[in-house]
Amino acid sequence: MKFSLSWLKDHLDTDEPLEELADKLTMIGLEVEHIEDKAKLLKPFTIAQIISAEQHPNADRLRVCKVDTGKGEPLQVVCGAPNARAGLKTVFAAPGTYIPAKDFTISVGNIRGVESQGMMCSAGELALPDDIDGIIELPADAPVGESYAEWAKLGDPVLEINLTPNRQDCTGVHGIARDLAAADMGKFKDPAIRQIKGEFPCPVKVTVADATLCPGFGLRLVRGVKNGPSPEWLQKRLTSIGLRPINALVDITNFLTFDRARPLHVFDAAKVKGDIVVRRARDGETLLALDGKTYTLDDKVCVIADDNGVESLAGIMGGEASGCSAETTDVLIESALWNEINIAQTGRRLGINSDARYRFERGVDAAFMLPGLELATKLVLELCGGTPSEIVVVGNPHADDRVIDFPLAEVKRLAAIDVPLVQMRMILTRLGFMMAGTGPVVKIAVPSWRSDVHGKADIVEEIMRIYGVEKVPMTPFDRGAAPRKPILTPIQLRTRRAKRALAVRGMVEAVTWSFISKPHAELFGGGAPELALANPIAADLSDMRPSLLPGLVRAAQANADRGVADLALFEVGQIFKGDRPQDQFMAAAGIRHGLASAKGMGRHWSGAANADALDAKADAFAVLAAAGAPMQALQIVAGGPGWLHPGRSGTIQIGPQNILGYFGELHPRATEALGADGPLLAFEVILDRIPDAKVRATRARPVLELSAFQPVSRDFAFIVDRSVRSGDLVRAAQGVDKKLISNVTLFDVYEGKGVDDSKKSLAIAVTIQPREKTLTDQEIDAIGAKIVAEVTKKTGGALRA
Amino acid sequence: MSDLTTLQQTILADIAAASDEAAIEAVRVGALGKKGSISALLSTLGKMSPEQRKTEGAAINLAKDAVTQALTARRDILKNAALDARLASETIDVTLPLRDPAAEQGRIHPLSQVMDELTTIFADMGFAIAEGPDIETDDYNFTRLNFPEGHPAREMHDTFYFNPDSEGVRKLLRTHTSPVQVRTMLTQAPPIRVICPGRTYRSDSDQTHTPMFHQVEGLVIDKTAHLGHLKWILHEFCKAFFEVDNINMRFRPSFFPFTEPSLEVDIQCRRDKGEIRFGEGEDWLEILGCGMVHPNVLRACDIDPDVYQGFAWGMGIDRIAMLKYGIGDLRQLFEGDVRFLSHYGFKPLDVPSLAGGLSS
Repeated sequence: MKFSLSWLKDHLDTDEPLEELADKLTMIGLEVEHIEDKAKLLKPFTIAQIISAEQHPNADRLRVCKVDTGKGEPLQVVCGAPNARAGLKTVFAAPGTYIPAKDFTISVGNIRGVESQGMMCSAGELALPDDIDGIIELPADAPVGESYAEWAKLGDPVLEINLTPNRQDCTGVHGIARDLAAADMGKFKDPAIRQIKGEFPCPVKVTVADATLCPGFGLRLVRGVKNGPSPEWLQKRLTSIGLRPINALVDITNFLTFDRARPLHVFDAAKVKGDIVVRRARDGETLLALDGKTYTLDDKVCVIADDNGVESLAGIMGGEASGCSAETTDVLIESALWNEINIAQTGRRLGINSDARYRFERGVDAAFMLPGLELATKLVLELCGGTPSEIVVVGNPHADDRVIDFPLAEVKRLAAIDVPLVQMRMILTRLGFMMAGTGPVVKIAVPSWRSDVHGKADIVEEIMRIYGVEKVPMTPFDRGAAPRKPILTPIQLRTRRAKRALAVRGMVEAVTWSFISKPHAELFGGGAPELALANPIAADLSDMRPSLLPGLVRAAQANADRGVADLALFEVGQIFKGDRPQDQFMAAAGIRHGLASAKGMGRHWSGAANADALDAKADAFAVLAAAGAPMQALQIVAGGPGWLHPGRSGTIQIGPQNILGYFGELHPRATEALGADGPLLAFEVILDRIPDAKVRATRARPVLELSAFQPVSRDFAFIVDRSVRSGDLVRAAQGVDKKLISNVTLFDVYEGKGVDDSKKSLAIAVTIQPREKTLTDQEIDAIGAKIVAEVTKKTGGALRA
Repeated sequence: MSDLTTLQQTILADIAAASDEAAIEAVRVGALGKKGSISALLSTLGKMSPEQRKTEGAAINLAKDAVTQALTARRDILKNAALDARLASETIDVTLPLRDPAAEQGRIHPLSQVMDELTTIFADMGFAIAEGPDIETDDYNFTRLNFPEGHPAREMHDTFYFNPDSEGVRKLLRTHTSPVQVRTMLTQAPPIRVICPGRTYRSDSDQTHTPMFHQVEGLVIDKTAHLGHLKWILHEFCKAFFEVDNINMRFRPSFFPFTEPSLEVDIQCRRDKGEIRFGEGEDWLEILGCGMVHPNVLRACDIDPDVYQGFAWGMGIDRIAMLKYGIGDLRQLFEGDVRFLSHYGFKPLDVPSLAGGLSS
């Protein structure tokens, strides 16, 4: 919402300076977004006269001028303008002046060997409309030395308000003035609007087919008008806010739209055939609108039609065919009420952002429908002459009466301010409310233009914003007697720990889009219809991600394309298996590419290694351990989902029902489908699937038992088939005596010379921890024999000779 | 007696000349070994008269002691020399570059760090963390938050929708974290004191908007919470978060469907060549919206607005992260560029805490 200061003063009697008014507007909820103040911006520019203009000794196109600035001796100024000539009065910028359009500050310069003590300006340099080539030419009576902006009357600053959608009343300058007056910024000018007596019945009949789309409609004919350019004051109002004057009749409607938040429409009565019907458009009807575009309509659009068909898009935009021109002699003035939702939907579907739509979709003051029509008639008669008809009214041009029972204590309860009753009454009265009673509960009638005010809290806001938000006292908020306890839930803790655990491993956290392309989603088991956006912003951001990996792979490839190929990225974030809340999971995933093994990143003299599947396994385990998973209970099953390499991948589970995640090398086909260069090592675990730890009653650890007896270590090497999994062998050894065997470490894996091609050698170190007494050699040997027997039985292996 | 003296001098000379362990051992054996020269002299003592033994014995023993001492001293010298020689040959290139420790290379995303900072500050004020799903219903995202059907405020949200299900109901991606307020109020009896950080979505993409972003919402419901408390909490938060002793804030009336009265909050700052300083300067920078929870919202969440009252606020996490850490381009937060992440990210051991500071 834009308006100029002088326009505001049509409605507000005030001497407050612009800055005060602007600050107050912001502080009462009408945020001033921008002030264009030419007078202030151009204040340093003065009127000067060129005394002489000589050819520059070193440049054909430059002239050396002596300039009378009205202060002291004439100055020497070098000027390149073709119209710089002796006697010309123009606009001068002294050194130190900021040139707005050029964004620089002029200083004393030396131009091709000649000193220049300032600059003579073109209109363009002052950010003014530029109509001639060269510097500004002022009439001979322009006073030398005076401020140019003041003399040229550029002093009408324009304010732009970032209007919140609830304040329909402030889509007009009149409403803004009312708010300012309530906030002690001046006296509100609100003269009564006189009814203009019709001198004959309106010959055009009006039928409203659907009262829900059009609750009220007023129409009046003015005969014998003389349309033409509107007077200067009206044109200035419109151009000050960037509107183009068209002709008096149209300008009047635009003026009242901004002046009184009352959009109107004028039809050239000669072009309207028969009576007017307000109805839904018929499918396929078209209208050439005033913006020059033809719109195809359907039955969701409300139109104003006559015997010719559709003449206007109700409440949004008029039609070209029935528009007013210089030839118009009889004009139909329409002032109506429209359904807000229908206007908003129609405007959006047709893509029309008009000043009328802006107001009607916020809701206009119903009680002002007819006064607005009278005001328009008055202006038409004043500017164009003519004879008015009586007004045809259909429907109900009245707002609903709203009275709120308001406990005065509500102001203190919600806003913590003590406002005396007299002040409350004054604020509300100035805003147009009426208050009856003295409390503790008063009755407050809401004015028709405040359709946003419904209840007690709204009244508190009205009082607070005018009284002053800055007066709300900052009040310490006691945290209460509640004990200081950890506040994070288990999943929040896991999420935090997972991130830090991965970063500690040298991985870098990325945050990627929650939506990915459909093919990528399908590749990872997603792409279900209920997870596809109906209105994606781009084709590759169309489906909710079933996994973090596609996003990470794309990010990794983007890095590789920038020349960073050795990298380890991770993300901890939400993934979607369905559209219900319980289908959203918190996952942790990571990828490694190139020389990014757990040893370190990139090439190095101490040895560099490509990341492999077991690095991904280590990442997964680091996350699970940090997130509090029961590590002893985790099972590793070879293989995984289709996007992983079948032989270099594993599934991490606790029993077949609870799959925590996967790790391994990405399947080359998946890598290719994701548009990445492999090999890529990846893992993903779902943190929600980690079983909750048992809640312990006390923080004390179990008693530490330190054995008095020396542990004994024995090494065993087994020859087993290559298909035997080392994990099974270690578990077999561990199971022999859970009490005495405290640790089994796999310390060697060997395939090659000396071992049969189909076999491998696995060597373990078994730690035996005596608990009650020192073990004899025979006892230790017996355990060893059992280990050999058990491993042989479980793996088919044999003790290496 | 000059024989003994001569012998001793000869042996001492041999010791001094011995250049390694082996040579000195040979001298020792030659003098003090079973068949050594001094041992031989000592063995003659038994055949001497007591008097002779007294004088000669003492002399021989003196010679033996002198030789023994000389041997020990020489051995020490040789041992040290040998060690020095060995160590002199054992050199490494101490300038060989190390690998950076993994914990120095890894990075926490600025948004994760800022969420941890928010948590730290609000936990201290007695707030818990509430979370909700990204895929929401129209009811929770709009209707219960007092967005009337068809209201222009809904349009301002640029909502991402899913396709309607078999019953014609279409879900959406939450446009703000406010539905978590609704979920909290529906499941938890007052008093309520939560913050709700999370991911939010709007179908908007340009220099300053991304289709996905992050918000943190705060909600307090009890029987006395009022705007004065809200002001104080936000003031305390801003000082703590931006890590400044004082900060000037401006609360001005605004409009949100779910709060009444509603306020927007600006903080005073000075921008200087891409750097922002808070608590000084001329500019006002809008950072959040807030207000008293609208009675219609309380009612929609089965809370009686005449008994309970409270306030809520919401702000963009991405935005405050960018402001605090001088990040210029919002979109870079989601591009996964390791150059950006290494520069603006945080080391994993820099965990925000009240005792150690939020950032380091």
